[in-house]
Amino acid sequence: MQWLNILIQGTLLGGIYALFAIGLSMSFGIMRLVNIAHGDFIVLSGYVALLVIWGTGLSPFLSLLIVVPVMFAVGYALQRGLLNQTLSGGLLPPLLVTFGISIIIQNGLLQGFGAYDHRLQEGAIETASLHFPGGIDVGVYPLLIFAIAVFAIASLQVLFYRTGLGRAFRAVSDDADTAELMGIDNRKLYALALGIAMIFTAIAGVLFGIRTIFDPAAGPIRLILAFEAVIIGGLGSMWGTLIGGMVLGIAQSIGAALDPTWQILAGHLAFLAVLILRPNGLFPRTRD
Amino acid sequence: MTLLRTQKLSAFYGDFQALFGIDVEVEQDETIAIIGANGAGKTTLLRAIAGALTTAPETVLFDGEPIGHKTPHEIVRLGIAMVPEGRRLFQSLSVEENLLLGTHSGRAGPWNLKRVYELFPRLRELRWLPATSLSGGQQQMAAIGRALMSNPRLLLCDELSLGLAPVVIRDIYQCLGVITREGTTVVLVEQDINRALDASTRFYCLQEGRLALSAPTKDFDRAALTAAYFGM
Repeated sequence: MQWLNILIQGTLLGGIYALFAIGLSMSFGIMRLVNIAHGDFIVLSGYVALLVIWGTGLSPFLSLLIVVPVMFAVGYALQRGLLNQTLSGGLLPPLLVTFGISIIIQNGLLQGFGAYDHRLQEGAIETASLHFPGGIDVGVYPLLIFAIAVFAIASLQVLFYRTGLGRAFRAVSDDADTAELMGIDNRKLYALALGIAMIFTAIAGVLFGIRTIFDPAAGPIRLILAFEAVIIGGLGSMWGTLIGGMVLGIAQSIGAALDPTWQILAGHLAFLAVLILRPNGLFPRTRD
Repeated sequence: MTLLRTQKLSAFYGDFQALFGIDVEVEQDETIAIIGANGAGKTTLLRAIAGALTTAPETVLFDGEPIGHKTPHEIVRLGIAMVPEGRRLFQSLSVEENLLLGTHSGRAGPWNLKRVYELFPRLRELRWLPATSLSGGQQQMAAIGRALMSNPRLLLCDELSLGLAPVVIRDIYQCLGVITREGTTVVLVEQDINRALDASTRFYCLQEGRLALSAPTKDFDRAALTAAYFGM
């Protein structure tokens, strides 16, 4: 029973890692952009929520009504104004530019908010739990995050495979030059893609900010977890990213059960094991 | 009426100059063939017209407007569509999704899914399959259909016959007749000279990035064409 419990807690933990990873997976999948600042945008979303909450008195959940559009606009403008200019020179220029953005965000937050850690308070739901026979307790909040992750990925699948915009995203991902020759405005499409990726980044940032404290330097560890979830799941596969997050979460839960200090290490070891055994991830996109 | 005109069009790949002052004119409702040996600059000329290579604004005029500086998607919106060499269908899209991609330019006109399927009935049966699982000829039909979906006034076809069986090539060229009857002007780039001359009213022959000969296809000097083609 204890192991079943570990499995359940790990799976639910995987939900937040999958949410971390969606934005990263999208920007790499569509424009081959490795966004080093991704973790910092997750943290930035938490601070934007903090400002909204201080300014309006809204709850963290309701603050998403403002944080999501703000982060969409940030993503759209960033891609349109800066990152589009880096994409023609291979993988390295966007890597360097987003690395720079990462440093700017971290130091900007440090300047504006100080090095203290913050948390978003949502009230009773944080500690509510459901009791199941056999002594298994499931936290309502982790369950909610997991459900949101599944819903987010399902909506992205609908966007990609059922809409004209998704069709254009897939075409550009296949062959950007030909897509442009067929009448698609790649630059605008890329801006929309990073904007949409930022929607999920904002959701991840606020939900995680309710769960755990954050500070200006918290971005890189979030980036690594997102990276690991994407790579374990296989590049280009959204459902794979969810599984990747779950593998990471379960490995961490098992590690923590053996010895609390092993939690983070166990996740990284699971990632290394997947890299060695299946370098392309568990579910690499087969429709290639 | 002149639909497309290039004036002293030069094009470069980095430091390498691929086209040297090309002057070409395409009248409305004509079918033009552009022929020449490998590396003569035929594909480069099409790509320069389609905006895939940057050129000076006034070197390409479409309907009298300078378009040399415009991006490919802006040019599609003006009514120039391309069937690229090697078809270049999108591999993760189905046949029908590939066709629908042509509608992103938002141009209205005679061509829609129904009309494309009437022109290429086989594509209707295969419409749910991944585009790259089709045979070469079917892929070429899908590539032509995708370009038609943007309802172009000018259709640029790059090496339609490349890698296809003669009987398939014949079918595809027969369909070109239907396309031109709908009022689309066609520019064909071909290495298969006889095929190109049969299908067109006038031709331009390129040689090493320069215009070597232009003449109506009904009445021209074969010896002059040989000289222009091979540079002898």
